[in-house]
Amino acid sequence: MSGVEGFMYPNEVELQWSLLIVLYPYITGLVAGAFILASLERVFKVEAVKPTYRLALLTALAFLLVAPLPLQLHLGHPERSFEMYLTPHRSSAMAMFGFVYLWYLTVVLLLEIWLEYRPDIVRFAQTRTGVTRWIYKALTLGSENLSPSSLRIDDRVGYVVTVIGIPSAFLLHGYVGFIFGSVKANPWWSTPLMPVVFLFSAMTSGIAAVLVLYVISMKLRKTPIDMRCLDTVAKYLFYTFVIDFSLEMLDLVQRTYEADESFRSLDFMVHTRLWLSQVVIQIFLGTLGPLAVLAVTQLRTFSETLRRRLYITASLLTLVGIFAMRWNVVIGGQLFSKSFLGYTTYKVQFAAREGLLPAIALMILPFVLFYALVKLLPPWQEHKATEA
Amino acid sequence: MNRFLRDSGHLARPALVLVAGLAVFLVVRGAVIPKNFGKYGHYRPAALDLIRQHPAAFAGQDQCLACHDEQAKTRASGKHAHVACEACHGPQAPHAADFVNVKPALPDVAALCARCHENDAAKPKNFPQVVTAEHSGGVVCNTCHQPHNPHL
Repeated sequence: MSGVEGFMYPNEVELQWSLLIVLYPYITGLVAGAFILASLERVFKVEAVKPTYRLALLTALAFLLVAPLPLQLHLGHPERSFEMYLTPHRSSAMAMFGFVYLWYLTVVLLLEIWLEYRPDIVRFAQTRTGVTRWIYKALTLGSENLSPSSLRIDDRVGYVVTVIGIPSAFLLHGYVGFIFGSVKANPWWSTPLMPVVFLFSAMTSGIAAVLVLYVISMKLRKTPIDMRCLDTVAKYLFYTFVIDFSLEMLDLVQRTYEADESFRSLDFMVHTRLWLSQVVIQIFLGTLGPLAVLAVTQLRTFSETLRRRLYITASLLTLVGIFAMRWNVVIGGQLFSKSFLGYTTYKVQFAAREGLLPAIALMILPFVLFYALVKLLPPWQEHKATEA
Repeated sequence: MNRFLRDSGHLARPALVLVAGLAVFLVVRGAVIPKNFGKYGHYRPAALDLIRQHPAAFAGQDQCLACHDEQAKTRASGKHAHVACEACHGPQAPHAADFVNVKPALPDVAALCARCHENDAAKPKNFPQVVTAEHSGGVVCNTCHQPHNPHL
């Protein structure tokens, strides 16, 4: 059989979870990461990252709205997914994801964005004309109260929502790791460390994405980049990446030392089929590369331009590396046989329902939504600084 | 206190939107979930009737033996005694219902035998297996073996 090497059981030859299922944890991870970065300013009072606060919230929302779409497309019958909400089963991990997702979208993210933007929304509702005025009017939910006392209350409630949001973001993404970690029949996935590794890689990718979006937004707006902010975001990117890398290495060391009955088969797979995506792209290019760049920026002093370029390079490599990590988990976990005697191949189709083309479209969509959200709710706060 | 209530009154609005959304969901849920859902398990009881309405595809061993007496005897005396007729001949309910007009096609022997007897490391050692290309050199299996009792 073409693409099959050694012995595969008949149901293992064709991969059931495709490229779209790679996108799902990747996109969800960007949401969780962006939100954690936003919470740095709000809860942990890291004032330096304030310029990215609103941007991070909008990034999280744009990606969160797209997060279930790869699953819908993968299902083939998107209308059926609604049934998951109507008659959820306690044993269905996906049904629980639906509720975690809705909780996170409505109670955490939309509420926090609304509270944060309320003064702007009210101002736009009073100053804009035409259709946009009505949109902002609707967004005020009928209240234009901007008294100092009401804004103080908003601030306090916003703080509480963010505090609730942090465990919610952890739950949302830790949960995606749980879906894989709980497949006990698959030794490549089945480890209690999976939710934790997913969570930290999510934080890493989300912080990197916001950093890139911040720099690009500033460049497009021809506005000077706040280097203190960028340095701090890069510093947190470095810290979370170090933790993420350590956890992944712990997992690797544990597996290598334990060397259970699956080890030889998985080790062979990493040295053959996954060599490029796991060792070259994920570990060297996407992890050690950006870690080295970020470490150098922490140890040496560079000019602003060089620092900016180094941060951007490190962030882009991080985004590639985390994508490769998702690929290796999802696809890698389906390439070997449960008999440990054979391997199959995954070939991405192009213009198919689960092909490369819809995957690219799904990766572009959050940026389109992000652009629309930025237009609707401008995150720039320079005017406030000048007013002050 | 009144001032506090006035200045925090706007917070009730997103809460109301959320409650309204929840209410719509519960109304839709009540309207669309089929009656008696979960009576026998996590599914609609009516699904059982729908499944019962599907036409049967397999006739069943007894139906075949009622007419094909000679083949039944040959098969019973050989190694294929425990292989059901329709495992090789495919589902034959339409033929059993109307044996005059519905004539089943003979199976493609070359592909059929290899499906079970092609050599495979995962099969038990004592199961008869051959590498078909080497074993017969392209000659179809039933040139030498009688499928109902394959012993030479």
